[in-house]
Amino acid sequence: MIATLADVVTSLLLLASVGFVLLACVGLYRFDDVFSRIHAATKATTLGVILVAAATALALRDPGDTAKLAIAAVLQMISAPVTAHVIGRAAYWSGGELSPETVVDQLADRAPGREG
Amino acid sequence: MIEIVTAVCFVVLAVSALLSVGRIVGGHSVADRALALDALLIVVVVGVAVGAVRTGSGIYLDVLLVVALVAFIGTTAVGRFIERRGVR
Repeated sequence: MIATLADVVTSLLLLASVGFVLLACVGLYRFDDVFSRIHAATKATTLGVILVAAATALALRDPGDTAKLAIAAVLQMISAPVTAHVIGRAAYWSGGELSPETVVDQLADRAPGREG
Repeated sequence: MIEIVTAVCFVVLAVSALLSVGRIVGGHSVADRALALDALLIVVVVGVAVGAVRTGSGIYLDVLLVVALVAFIGTTAVGRFIERRGVR
């Protein structure tokens, strides 16, 4: 079976996508405070979802499916920063621990009620 | 060729899901666990899309949209609860 150009591009996009998702999960597992984990988990998974949506749209080539995938990609682009903000703010103001390697905490003097 | 590539993708996604579950089990706070659950649901989203490429049929793409929405709403709701009750 001869691989067409569309198959090759689809495969490359798929492999790049799952590579980014794997990097996100490795960062989620290895980093040592919640804020760096947010950093790892939201950005890389957004790129992964966008790439896999492009690959699937290229493989299926159906207008309805492409619309659904575009909605999923846009939804991820909108929801990932909101999720990161909500989780990060909640973790900070309720006393989440900062990594010992943290360089600057610009909210430190405005957080008298912070437990940590 | 698509079959081999999608099989490799599924293996990589399985490793990613295991790492997320490891963070859920060993996480230090509720925020870590909520974030890891969000990442796990994103792995599911990507897995549904890879499955659509493998079968060549788009009938499961609705599932992809619903899982993405549930991930967003669930994680945001847990974030609000953490803010009210503390990270532990």
